[in-house]
Amino acid sequence: MAIRVSELNTPAVEIDDISKRFGQPGRVRRLMPWRTVKPPKLALDQVCLHVDTGRITGILGANGSGKSTLIRILATLLTPDAGTASVFGYDIVTQAAEVRRHINRVSVEASFFKEMSPWENMLYAARLYGGGGEGTRARVEAMLKRLGLPLDTLDKPMKQLSRGQQQKVAIARSFLTSPSLLLMDEPTTGLDPRSKREVQDLVRSIRRDRAATVLLCTHDLQEAEVLCDRVVVIDHGRVLAEGTPAELIRIHAGLDGGSLEDAFMRLTGKRLEEDEEEKEE
Amino acid sequence: MIGNTLRWELNAFTGFIERQKNLYRRYWAWEAVWLLYNLVSVLSIGYLASGLSTIGLESGQASLQQAQLYLLVGALLWTYLSMVFFEIAFAITWERWEGTIEYTFMAPIRRITHLLGMCAASLIYGIARAALIGLALVFLFKLDLSHANYWAALAIFAAATLPLLGLGIFTSILPLLSPEKGEQMAFAVQGVLLLISGVYYPITVLPGPLHLAGILSPLTYTLDGVRQSLLHGLSLTGALPDVAILLVMGVILVPASVWCFGRAEVRAKRLGLLKRSG
Repeated sequence: MAIRVSELNTPAVEIDDISKRFGQPGRVRRLMPWRTVKPPKLALDQVCLHVDTGRITGILGANGSGKSTLIRILATLLTPDAGTASVFGYDIVTQAAEVRRHINRVSVEASFFKEMSPWENMLYAARLYGGGGEGTRARVEAMLKRLGLPLDTLDKPMKQLSRGQQQKVAIARSFLTSPSLLLMDEPTTGLDPRSKREVQDLVRSIRRDRAATVLLCTHDLQEAEVLCDRVVVIDHGRVLAEGTPAELIRIHAGLDGGSLEDAFMRLTGKRLEEDEEEKEE
Repeated sequence: MIGNTLRWELNAFTGFIERQKNLYRRYWAWEAVWLLYNLVSVLSIGYLASGLSTIGLESGQASLQQAQLYLLVGALLWTYLSMVFFEIAFAITWERWEGTIEYTFMAPIRRITHLLGMCAASLIYGIARAALIGLALVFLFKLDLSHANYWAALAIFAAATLPLLGLGIFTSILPLLSPEKGEQMAFAVQGVLLLISGVYYPITVLPGPLHLAGILSPLTYTLDGVRQSLLHGLSLTGALPDVAILLVMGVILVPASVWCFGRAEVRAKRLGLLKRSG
């Protein structure tokens, strides 16, 4: 949905003291004492965040740092245990329907009906967002062309497409609904360098052409550096730092000519690759 | 404003039907296998009735034909009801398995549009499949439908749609609440309905508590009413009590099931269950 003029002056995202914990061992143990339960995990710990409209903001963190939980809360798929969050001034819990009209999401796994074709999947998505009428096919074709996808893939089952192609269709699907806020959860993970570059160019063009806001979760430091206006470093559910990539490097990298990776290591005390085995909730 | 909202929701409603049509088309080979399975199940019941005479249970040619028709109507209706029930109840499981559950649940549409869209697609598909099986039965068995009142049967069948939707939506809550065990529980619910609703026998043969449960099941009135119409020519006026009971049950069950689904969705969001599995 196109952004209203009044919403241009409203922060795209306002998060205030959000916390989220998974697992309820006390309750499960009381009801079923024979069951072994995992200890609860604090996925987000009093997170505060402000995202300006029309910017690309990167959420930088390792696996298990809470990035995806944050995205899922903003997508109205999870409710926080404490704190509040709003998208263009609409509360994500009490005004979820309004929030949904403004957002779309691209997740790390391209999620489709695998037997259906890209066109059938996109038509379904368009219908859910008030579209799907005349001209939809032409828009879809133009979008896929821009993403470098051959048009003959449009009517093949999704399962016959490569992972990179599926991810491009996922991105095209999200653009089809013209979201004011695009939530991207590691959209380039697993893509070859060429596809990655094409997707990154496209993300830039969304902001330029549509004045859309992008919240980009990534653990690709280079991607964050070249793509994001601001970067938020998150670890163990807490925001450690935020600023422009240049500010983070200047303040936290510590050395002349340091990189965002140096800043990240200083802030978290580890490399992104160190805890790859940790899983997101 | 209201017009725009309605148009938006109707568009999404069409989207669910369109999606299901595409899925059925893409999975046509598996759908053909399921249709064959349903046909075989119904035929086995029909031949069971045909064989009653050879095991000494026949008291007359007329009563044998009545018994066969009774069982076949039950089997055909159960095939339809269980198929619709299955499609609605497993829609959530299917989306979880495909990984699209998050996209559907974050779409800017009302949940009732989502649920009714799925239900409508299941009903249309269920009727088409049951009609094909019904045609096969007419060819294979000498069915005496000379007394049938099709209008009364149709009225009961149409009225049964509402409570059937309610039951389906209620059952679809189970996979929403439990990604691991919800699917099996939906099978269990289907089994209980088969037992108590008089699919193959009148519910009067059931012991007290089961009989009472049968009285509360909308499928009982559907099966009984359709049988009475097809076997004994129940008039349209005579079908009205069953139609009324079914409509009342539907008016209670549909909003109640949508409300419960909403509560289950809130819980699923709190516990983080709205995500793909596998």
